[in-house]
Amino acid sequence: MHLKWDEFFVTGDPLILGAQISIALTSIAIVFVLTYFKKWKWLWKEWLTSVDHKKLGIMYILAAVIMFFRGGVDGLMMRAQLALPNNTFLDSNHYNEIFTTHGTIMILFMAMPFLIGLINVVVPLQIGARDVAFPYLNNLSFWTFMVGAMLFNISFVIGGSPSAGWTSYMPLAGNDFSPGPGQNYYLLGLQIAGIGTLMTGINFMVTILKMRTKGMTLMRMPMFTWTTLITSVIIVFAFPVLTVALALMTFDRLFGSAFFTLEAGGMPMLWANLFWIWGHPEVYIVILPAFGIFSEIFATFSRKQLFGYKAMVVSIVAISVLSFLVWVHHFFTMGNSAAVNSFFSITTMAISVPTGVKIFNWLFTMYRGRISFTSPMLWALGFIPNFVIGGVTGVMLAMAAADYQYHNTYFLVSHFHYVLIAGTVFACFAGLVFWYPKMFGYKLNERIGKWFFWVFMIGFNICFFPQYFLGLQGMPRRIYTYGPEDGWTALNFISTIGAFMMGVGFIILCYNIYYSWRHAKREVSGDSWGEGRTLDWATSSAIPPHYNFAALPEVTTPDAFHHWKQNNVDVHPEKEFKKIHMPHNSGRPLIMSAFFGLGAFGLVFEWYWIGVIGLIGVFATMILRSFEYDDGYYIPVEEVIETEKKNKEAQK
Amino acid sequence: MIFLFRAIKPMLLLAMLVSVFVLGGCSNIAVLDPKGPVAAQQKDLILLSIGFMLFIVGAVFVLFTIILVKYRERKDVGNASYNPEIHGNTLLEVVWTVIPILIVAALSVPTVKTIYSLEEAPQATSHKDPLVVYATAVDWKWIFSYPEENIETVNYLNIPKDQPVLFKITSADTMASLWIPQLGGEKYAMAGMEMEQYLQADQVGTYEGRNANFTGEGFAQQKFKVNAMTQSDYDKWVSKTKKEAPKLTKKTYDYLMLPDAADVQTFSSTHLSFAKHGEDSEYALQARKRLGYKSVSPHSKTDPFENVKNYKRKLDNE
Repeated sequence: MHLKWDEFFVTGDPLILGAQISIALTSIAIVFVLTYFKKWKWLWKEWLTSVDHKKLGIMYILAAVIMFFRGGVDGLMMRAQLALPNNTFLDSNHYNEIFTTHGTIMILFMAMPFLIGLINVVVPLQIGARDVAFPYLNNLSFWTFMVGAMLFNISFVIGGSPSAGWTSYMPLAGNDFSPGPGQNYYLLGLQIAGIGTLMTGINFMVTILKMRTKGMTLMRMPMFTWTTLITSVIIVFAFPVLTVALALMTFDRLFGSAFFTLEAGGMPMLWANLFWIWGHPEVYIVILPAFGIFSEIFATFSRKQLFGYKAMVVSIVAISVLSFLVWVHHFFTMGNSAAVNSFFSITTMAISVPTGVKIFNWLFTMYRGRISFTSPMLWALGFIPNFVIGGVTGVMLAMAAADYQYHNTYFLVSHFHYVLIAGTVFACFAGLVFWYPKMFGYKLNERIGKWFFWVFMIGFNICFFPQYFLGLQGMPRRIYTYGPEDGWTALNFISTIGAFMMGVGFIILCYNIYYSWRHAKREVSGDSWGEGRTLDWATSSAIPPHYNFAALPEVTTPDAFHHWKQNNVDVHPEKEFKKIHMPHNSGRPLIMSAFFGLGAFGLVFEWYWIGVIGLIGVFATMILRSFEYDDGYYIPVEEVIETEKKNKEAQK
Repeated sequence: MIFLFRAIKPMLLLAMLVSVFVLGGCSNIAVLDPKGPVAAQQKDLILLSIGFMLFIVGAVFVLFTIILVKYRERKDVGNASYNPEIHGNTLLEVVWTVIPILIVAALSVPTVKTIYSLEEAPQATSHKDPLVVYATAVDWKWIFSYPEENIETVNYLNIPKDQPVLFKITSADTMASLWIPQLGGEKYAMAGMEMEQYLQADQVGTYEGRNANFTGEGFAQQKFKVNAMTQSDYDKWVSKTKKEAPKLTKKTYDYLMLPDAADVQTFSSTHLSFAKHGEDSEYALQARKRLGYKSVSPHSKTDPFENVKNYKRKLDNE
């Protein structure tokens, strides 16, 4: 590729010019504030180099909220363009870039890090551990994710965004049809972020299997920990497929190989298969932790233990197995034989069985409970009817012969938003509100939080429910405009109104974060909701001490913390504390990831010398790490005693 | 009371939305307004599934509402029914495992039957020989070739009613999808292979057809009209076209291979003799090379058609 220098920045669009200016101004403002308040050292020592799972979790969630904003603006621009027929707000290419980045960002850079953030904060606490199994790796996971996300995000101002859809079907995504840096951004951004996700999967699999506190048998684990374990297993099996597929397409685009091309006997269908062999398990990677979050919330605010714990475990395992056996349903129309389509129809419908079991178990968790309508509970309650609508339309889509009529239409678009928003996004918000005191030491305002729920949830239905009908009326997805004669105007307009209501909901959330930071009562107890059941609420202070538990707890029942409270067991007895072994912070993962980013940026523009520099940097930091002897450090016993004493006094 | 209202609010909202859309929009729901036996079979399956789904949604919503209302925390009357010790109920759990399995089984049977039946020509007209039409997707247009009649059309399709049409679907470049909602569901068009699909119109009329799979910049315009006519009208059109329409030359066809929208066109010969997209996935790319088309980034200031235009100008001058 011979990129001309005057084509380095994207020009000629006032929207993008505005974005470029605001990005520059925001960057300058951040640098100024950090310098003025002398916060650089604090930022570096306390956050960027931290290996503390709680801080990494918070950074993941912060990144996810920012990405939610970015992806959300993409979504609103799409809805603005489609509100009226023959609209000229966006041109075709701009619209194509926006729906591509919307999909990719929302799945990979919003949903995934949001859930991984909550997992990071909560799961080590739930199993009574002091940190994850590989804290250094955890920091590296975060930074590779962050660099991948940032690389992908700058594409729209530098060089141009990918425009072949988040599925990037070949041959469209190949050099012949999508030349330029856009698609390279997709390949390299996802590749780097994917490495981070894979490491997270390994990390939490090992953490949950090896780091559980005494007495925490597998069948005593909280449901969120269970879903995290199964999710990690899915990640470890599915992400290598994505890594390989992305690498092959990168070879096709940069080095002239012919895995998926039209020329030289490439096989475009192979991409679709590889993509969805990763892509469908990916859907369950973002839904299973959501199920875990809802399970915790239903139990907590019904003041009852989870109904049918064993069945819940069996059903998530069943879902994880089935998730690898359904990928063909993403392309029933690709000319598969009747036998193949029949097989995948049935396996897909079969997923509704364990999912249905879970729905009924949640309902019966509330049966004969005492349901309090806190804002996390509202999200969990909103999840059930909305997710069921998404679920049953999923069964409709699973019926291949009928799917021929829904495929690639707004019926499908509506379906996956119903499951991903009502499932994953509601869970992210629920989890954020639920564990907010665990992260920041105070609750979000409940009143504003309920406004947020109702505005967002109603807006969501107004936005997506009409889209089922648009699909049946023959509106295909990914068209940037339509004519008045198509008869889709009214429903599209209604849908756009709903989308903007969701936007208002997000603003209410942001205001709530600000308002609560200023005004909320600071919590002193680790059990902020007063109804905590699992070990994450058993910490000696609202924000757990750096080492989580001064003495690792020993559990004898499921819902251990609830059990202790019931039986008046002293949760934080005066113990003979010992010094605590903790890992050191490290700046190297950040530096290594920066080299990843630099090299990938070079490859995006096919400036191979930059790619080589990046690669050398990556290997150099890796080699340095290999020769490093760092056994961590000990928190002296006096400090532990001091902290625990302070926490205990604060609660009196 | 306020809790009751809150609990049923989402359902009220949904019910309102459903009634507004169903009553207001029923007339133009293309998929549920079939004009041929293939789409009709799919409609039956869709309606059957909607019935099942409404039943499931109804059951869950009712249960959800009852539980929310009954077991909400009440300060005034206390919570006599509160029982935190319930951990499960084997019988109930078996019931709500078995019922979904039965529903899935009940839906699987008609699904599989329909999948197999759509592979064949529609039963009612299976005694007739199908009309064979090659449907070729090119960025961003559709080319239809009638090998028996030796006719080729661009961006429109004429078919006789009550006769099965056997489409042989392929693509010259990107992956597209042939979709005529009122006649039947989609099938992908892919370069280097040929897919078969039967469709049929039972009524005279004009139907919308389009590409439903994203193919890039001109995707939204990749549409065509399907004119279903009586056999005699169709025969008239065929003989008239054979007499009056120009022949399709290789050169003209090369221009059709460019990634661009195209007007409605008619020819009295087909490309099938010289371009076999079902076997040769590189034909369109080579045609573009011949014409000097340059594939560039959408943000590039280079005009990809620059050389094509110059070439054309040179031809015109000669």
